Amino acid sequence: MATSEITVNGKTRTIDADPEMPLLWILRDVLQLTGTKYGCGRGFCGACTVLVDGRAMRACLLTVASLDRRPVTTIEGLGNGHSDGLHPVQLAWIEADVPQCGFCQAGQVMQAVSLLSLNGNPTSEDIDRAMAGNLCRCGTYTRVRKAIEIAMQRREENP
Amino acid sequence: MKRREFLKVGSVAGGGLLITLTLPPMTAGAQAAASQSSFAMNIYLAIARDDVVTITAPVPEIGQGVRTALPMLVAEELDIDWRQVRVVQAPGSQDYEGRNQRAAGSNSVRVYWEPMRRAGATAADLLRRAAADTWNVATADCEAARGRVTHAPTGRTANYGALAEKAALLTPDPNVSLKSPDRFRLLGQRVRNVDAADIVCGAVTFGADVRLPGMLIASIERCPVYGGRVLRFDDAAAKSIAGYVRAVKVTSVGNPDRPYVREGVAAIATNTWAAFEARKRLDIAWDEGSNTTESTARLHDVCKRALHDPGAIVRDDGDVAAAIDEAAKSVTATYHVPFIVHTPMETMNCTADVREDSVEIHVPTQMPAMTQSALASRLSLPLETIKLYPTRVGGGFGRRLSIDFVLEAVQLSQALRQPVQVTWTREDEIAQGDFRPFSYHRLRGAIDSGKNVVAWDHRQASTSRYAFREGEDPAASEFIPDDVPAGLIPNLRLEYALAESNLPRTILRAPGHNVLAFVVQSFIDELAHLAEADPLEFRLRLLDAARVDPDRSDRDNAYIDIARLRGVLERAAAEASWGTPLPDGRGRGIACHYTFGSYVAHVIEITADPEGRADRHRIERVVSAVDCGQVVNLAGLEAQVEGGVIDGLSAALYGEIEVENGRVLQNNFDSYRLLRFDQAPDIEVHVVSGGHAPTGMGEPPYPPVAPALSNAIFAATGLRHRRLPLLGQTGLGQSESKT
Repeated sequence: MATSEITVNGKTRTIDADPEMPLLWILRDVLQLTGTKYGCGRGFCGACTVLVDGRAMRACLLTVASLDRRPVTTIEGLGNGHSDGLHPVQLAWIEADVPQCGFCQAGQVMQAVSLLSLNGNPTSEDIDRAMAGNLCRCGTYTRVRKAIEIAMQRREENP
Repeated sequence: MKRREFLKVGSVAGGGLLITLTLPPMTAGAQAAASQSSFAMNIYLAIARDDVVTITAPVPEIGQGVRTALPMLVAEELDIDWRQVRVVQAPGSQDYEGRNQRAAGSNSVRVYWEPMRRAGATAADLLRRAAADTWNVATADCEAARGRVTHAPTGRTANYGALAEKAALLTPDPNVSLKSPDRFRLLGQRVRNVDAADIVCGAVTFGADVRLPGMLIASIERCPVYGGRVLRFDDAAAKSIAGYVRAVKVTSVGNPDRPYVREGVAAIATNTWAAFEARKRLDIAWDEGSNTTESTARLHDVCKRALHDPGAIVRDDGDVAAAIDEAAKSVTATYHVPFIVHTPMETMNCTADVREDSVEIHVPTQMPAMTQSALASRLSLPLETIKLYPTRVGGGFGRRLSIDFVLEAVQLSQALRQPVQVTWTREDEIAQGDFRPFSYHRLRGAIDSGKNVVAWDHRQASTSRYAFREGEDPAASEFIPDDVPAGLIPNLRLEYALAESNLPRTILRAPGHNVLAFVVQSFIDELAHLAEADPLEFRLRLLDAARVDPDRSDRDNAYIDIARLRGVLERAAAEASWGTPLPDGRGRGIACHYTFGSYVAHVIEITADPEGRADRHRIERVVSAVDCGQVVNLAGLEAQVEGGVIDGLSAALYGEIEVENGRVLQNNFDSYRLLRFDQAPDIEVHVVSGGHAPTGMGEPPYPPVAPALSNAIFAATGLRHRRLPLLGQTGLGQSESKT
């Protein structure tokens, strides 16, 4: 065991865990932030996607050391600072009625947030590339696309 | 019995009244629903003073939308604003009507259509009578609508919340009348997933998210060969892992060669990662058992051989052999459908706290009540001591109609005397899964000079799901004797041969149907090609007959209404502009199927991959037409069709489990591929509605996807694919074969 510092959703905490433990399990089992999901453990499915310094990354493939003190945002903290506690992408998701079972959705939302923050006006191909790593077994893909388009449109209306 | 006899009413802090329901018919869901100052009207709903209506969803939510659709049934008859509704999940309970609360057979809406509407209507009636009593007026003059009771002659009104306490003490009238569909205000509309906001905030609890005080995590190493046994194990190397607790042997359940629960060694730890790591360091000596000779290569041989010989007759109409001899043209083709696995996004898990005289289970399951009763009998405990809480479920697909992972958690909690959460890795889920049966099909068909099908001969060899079920015919899970085209062709024979194998197989979304629709709808296309007929016209000609005997019906399916099947076929074709010219390299395919009471047709349009790689053809568009009778939630219906199409494409393009020396070769999403975002086509959903009672949409869209795709590939390339998956198959046929 070793203590280390991690900043998650704006709070810096000292944790005592095996340095090899992937961020996914630090979040779920140490910090009790279970919104980030285990789907495959190898970066194939995207269910564990979080934001590291605003960029989508797979929490199952990261260790705390590899974060190099960069701040982590999980689905639980995404809405911080937004009115109603919901990020515009979360609102777009509700509007497009995306979720079915919901298990992959946190990862999908985080991936979309990352895309839209890094790319001002993504093309359909940009969206394809960004979202192709996030599996959904319920088949919500067409609604995910719709939600991303809604979020883009809202941003245009209220820049 | 009058309800007041078994309602206990007592004062609670805050001035409200707490109603405790004490008799079995009123226990489980109502207690969960009834908060302080909330008044239970029946097992499905409670009304609070502030007009919040808590509605119980009896069936687990696996993504099929029941937590939205089923409460809509209550809300419609109670006649409330949908925004008043809060949904709670029923615990495992024998109290709820219909099929033991199972999320199976696309049955939820069908089964709860009547009782949940009645629950709403009964409550509305109680509220009217409570108002009439309060105002000392005639009940007949009181109307319950839009969340309030109104006495028209005097103009007096009261919200439901103000009447609930009194209403809860009246005796319900079981004979209240239900709304006629023309008065529906909510049913048939688009209502969003009630849990969407919580889901996008990560605020819903799946099974894997359950955290009980003092809970340990278990990850189980099972023999890579199904049915292997533990000879001995040593956990010395695991002991240095922080958080590791100990290793515990898991005992197999069922036939040792075909165990229901597989023998293994559980690494127990205080966190999931430590359990995974410790498991890797367990030194286990296995007796691999008798299944090391199992392989899909062997099954290919066994099934191909079996097709040479006559099988057991499942259905035999007319004289197939003579009809083929006499026919103008005939064709023979062999099809293969592989093992596939479920891959829900949430892997198997269960949290169990087993004590001397009580058990608490939190589990993502498709069958809470049956799990509860199975545990009661297995542990010899009274039913009421088994508290079973179904969590939200991260995907079902039939895998969670088994309880092997529940029994694992129970065993381990018993051994450790602590709450235990068993978590399967993705590798476990795929390589240690139970599979959709492996099958081969030889079809012979013949047509007359008038393009009529005069003979149909379908011989199947498969690893039946029912092979080891006592008293069951192995053909019964593999053939649906009354399914299309049975009854439509004068000479029709279905024959079955069991391919013996110990490899595990189970139910997977639309079981039986997902195999048969591919084979039957593909072969109908082959016959259309033989007849030089358009595939749509050929199907409509075949489905022309009201020749199906209405007295015949198979055991799970109601009588197939051929007119409704034609209806979806014609609608999908029309919406897809069937018959209009397409550029070179493009093609449309069509297929239809009847599953669990609902009718679905898809038209799929593709552009051929220039190199002819079958999994790389571009799927341009999917047009679906469905008939499931009365629509409950249109948004939910559309989502289910979209999801069924994506799942159907995944299975058709990529789905295959292979076995060598008893070991499964696939184990994660690199070797077991699924359709991804960038491949998802546009999907249009059209609803055909003829005023029938509602049936489900969870499974019906899935079976006709693979044949519609395969038929589209044939139209675009001239190449007929007779085995799945399409991955790895190549070829571009002759352009003259285009239809």
